[in-house]
Amino acid sequence: MKEQNSTHHLSAKPYIIGFIYSLILTIIPLVLVFNEMLDKVALIVSILLIACVQFLVQIYYFMHLKENENRFYIILTLAFGIVVVVTVVGGSAWVMNF
Amino acid sequence: MASAATAHSHDHEHHDESSLRVFGFWIFLITDLILFAVLFATYVVLQGRYNGGPTEAELFSVPIFVTSTFILLTSSFTSGLAILQLQKGKVKSTVVWLLITVLLGIAFVGLEIEEFMTMVHEGATISTSAFLSAFFVLVGTHGLHVSVGIIWMTSAAIQLARHGINDVTTRKVNIVGIYWHFLDVVWIFIFTVVYLMGVM
Repeated sequence: MKEQNSTHHLSAKPYIIGFIYSLILTIIPLVLVFNEMLDKVALIVSILLIACVQFLVQIYYFMHLKENENRFYIILTLAFGIVVVVTVVGGSAWVMNF
Repeated sequence: MASAATAHSHDHEHHDESSLRVFGFWIFLITDLILFAVLFATYVVLQGRYNGGPTEAELFSVPIFVTSTFILLTSSFTSGLAILQLQKGKVKSTVVWLLITVLLGIAFVGLEIEEFMTMVHEGATISTSAFLSAFFVLVGTHGLHVSVGIIWMTSAAIQLARHGINDVTTRKVNIVGIYWHFLDVVWIFIFTVVYLMGVM
């Protein structure tokens, strides 16, 4: 039973895929910033979105959520954390516009 | 029959407890994430308050922060490979990948120390401007986390080399692996919000 559980994640493939994605998701914002193709607001929004995708890549490919029996609670805690982060950082950034 | 059943339930309890401890570690990570959220908020508010001191564009060296980013991304990948070797039951290659990760971590912290030293030599210290106070505290706190991770991962590697793979060492290596990926996640946002937005 134990072997059955552990055989499906014994390949380096997900790690390699995750690594390639994370490299691509680092190169794209560098190209965007240094080629100045977008105006400032569009640029900020796109590099922030790419950072969020990068965050999801790290969670999905590297952080072994699928293997933990408490994954539902981990995701719930993570969601709470993200709400706090967005409120605190986003709220602070927003309030400085006034 | 009865003894087999007890053995199984005992096994199951072990597994449950280990899983619960990993969950406990995730709760710690979220509180750590909130610490970084507060530092990011401070940075976002104080950014642009140069007090006549240097600006981001004058201070940041593109090759250095790009190199740091690729070093940390690679280390996140190698720590993942360490976990893979652990799952395969290979003690030696797990230790090797953990040590490669540690070396990359040392390179990252070394680059950061050099970056900070250069800034201070140019007269850009933590007390120069509100922007620099927020910068040094945010990036320095991350660097401190990586330094702690280096010591922690080295200890986990030593323990694994000494005691081999058992419930305790498996859990410890898994947890330090999750911590290392978390450091990479925080760096991605420092890279985006502090460095990329600073030089654009």
